[in-house]
Amino acid sequence: MAETLTIGKALNLGLRRAMEDDAKVVLMGEDIGRLGGVFRITDGLQKDFGEDRVVDTPLAEAGILGTAVGLAMRGYRPVCEIQFDGFVFPAYNQIVTQVAKIHARSRGRLPMPVVIRIPFGGGIGAVEHHSESPEAYFAHTPGLKVVAVSNPVDAYWGIQQAIAHPDPVVFLEPKRRYWDKGEVDTGATPEALFASRVVRAGDDVTVLAYGPMVKTALQAAEAAAEEGRSLEVVDLRTISPLDLDPVVDSVRRTGRCVVVHEAPVTLGLGAEIAARVTEHCFHSLEAPVLRVGGYDTPYPPSKLEEEYLPDLDRVLDAVDRAMEF
Amino acid sequence: MTTEVVDPVPGAGAPHLPRQTGLVQLLTPEGERVQHPDYAIDVTAEELRDLYRDLVLVRRWDVEATALQRQGELGIWASLLGQEAAQIGAGRALRPDDTAFPTYREHGVAWTRGVDPLHVISLFRGVDNGGWDPVATGFNLYTVVIGAQCLHATGYAMGLQRDGAESAALAFLGDGATSQGEVNEAMIWAASFSAPVVFFCQNNQYAISVPLERQTRIPLYQRAAGFGFPGVRVDGNDVLAVLAVTRAALAAAREGQGPTFIEAFTYRMGAHTTSDDPTRYRLASELEEWKLRDPIARVKAYLSRTGTADADFFADVEAQADELAVRIRRGTTEMADPPGRAMFDRVYAEQTPHLAAQQAQFEAYQAGFEGGGH
Repeated sequence: MAETLTIGKALNLGLRRAMEDDAKVVLMGEDIGRLGGVFRITDGLQKDFGEDRVVDTPLAEAGILGTAVGLAMRGYRPVCEIQFDGFVFPAYNQIVTQVAKIHARSRGRLPMPVVIRIPFGGGIGAVEHHSESPEAYFAHTPGLKVVAVSNPVDAYWGIQQAIAHPDPVVFLEPKRRYWDKGEVDTGATPEALFASRVVRAGDDVTVLAYGPMVKTALQAAEAAAEEGRSLEVVDLRTISPLDLDPVVDSVRRTGRCVVVHEAPVTLGLGAEIAARVTEHCFHSLEAPVLRVGGYDTPYPPSKLEEEYLPDLDRVLDAVDRAMEF
Repeated sequence: MTTEVVDPVPGAGAPHLPRQTGLVQLLTPEGERVQHPDYAIDVTAEELRDLYRDLVLVRRWDVEATALQRQGELGIWASLLGQEAAQIGAGRALRPDDTAFPTYREHGVAWTRGVDPLHVISLFRGVDNGGWDPVATGFNLYTVVIGAQCLHATGYAMGLQRDGAESAALAFLGDGATSQGEVNEAMIWAASFSAPVVFFCQNNQYAISVPLERQTRIPLYQRAAGFGFPGVRVDGNDVLAVLAVTRAALAAAREGQGPTFIEAFTYRMGAHTTSDDPTRYRLASELEEWKLRDPIARVKAYLSRTGTADADFFADVEAQADELAVRIRRGTTEMADPPGRAMFDRVYAEQTPHLAAQQAQFEAYQAGFEGGGH
């Protein structure tokens, strides 16, 4: 059955369905109960599932993740909400030294099916620590899987798949796109969680994006088309493991590649992608793999974020540079 | 009789910390049985002899492992010397359905859970990350990051509570760990959810080289009051008192009365690990003072004085210790290195294509050496 949903509502429905499907699913976080979360993603869930399934926790992120570890050891599937990206760092220790490693350390005896939901990225005019892009920290940690959704369909299915998945998943939600709408067929067969997807076909340049930047990349492709330039846009969807097969296929055809993300460029995901694309497409490349991202500065005050965040013009500028080689 | 109670002067600061405030003791350093109004315990002669055997065997294990490290067979060893009573007392208070969440020094607790000493040693030899089954033994893997396991124990206890299981979690920590934010978060969670968890702090007086006074200006057990649950200080060198206090706390937790914080007041007789040098940070006189409170000597004195054990028993325990030492030595030196491919196994429950490719690459590379005559 098809419904028009925002990303936020799609997540809400996905969480609801996951909780109905599995009584071991427990949501944990700050303000997720009565308030329904600061973005209302858990709206109404405590009312329907009770305070034991939707737990308003004390205000301490390490506590949320550390107790989730214990619950997972006991057979539960905790879904932790981190209120904003910049607040994940107090929990960082538990995520990278414990959640990521316990499965390997216990040689598989202790499963760790923990989902860490993080509203990430900028563009909503927030104060500091509310607009970060921490994906590289997590993608660099073996034992974690990281996904970033960009649309209501992936939000609806992705959250359910992440919860059902046996490994810990850092689930990045593009907060500035929470209110973007799309049609979701709740009876469809979903795509695999750890797979990237070509979302617009083209011949001249392959543009890679994930999360909030997919929309920006599509806008750039639209604008480029008016100038007679054909961009192929790939939504990575998964950051760890990276699914580069569709990317490699695409770049071998187009010969050019631009990676777009909000995070600072240095040592960001674009660096990894550039290395791998170079390794696999060296003989097809007409230009170096170019990166468009945030500057290597702390996330700026909100009056400057339009300058900081990649927009379609900066993507098009990179496309021009790629074409000039 | 119990040791004199001296309450701290509020705000008095570090140097005047009372050393033995409110200590629960059931067996004095001289080996005399004493009573405590809150912690009566009935133990049979056989149970007492078993506790003695445990203490002697884990000390021998520890001494042997320290020697193996000195001889280059182990990368490092975290000695429990001096803390045997705290660990055996706490471990023997657990029921089979309870779960312990250790740091990296709870070899004595591992012993009480039936974990093979060689599985613990394999961790320090660098063969694996702990070879025992944490689910089957109810003894979780060691946790090296200080205090992280206190949250795991609390979350696990919340799970027990949801399942209606009448069991408890026992979290181990040291005095230094009480400074960690995560330990404090664990106590807040435990209190807030009335989780069936007991925090068992072995106050061995030093966090590597830093003395207790740098962690706290009040006795550690008094901190529990700030979280809203009971704190008890027990003589950590008195196996009977530790057993009684931990048993009571675990029973309360199982009955839904929520957490307890136990401070086992003890002393690490050895180094933090074989890598440090305690003569740099503490005085020989302090060590001598603590030797008089040895956890094994007092049980032996009691068993001898009361005729609960005879010379044959003590000789038999010594013989068992010798056998254990031989088994540990032989098992350690014969321990095989793990296959290289093991590092790729079980990073994930569901292997990723990228890691599978790296593993294949690794194996092909290794096979090249084997086939290539290197």
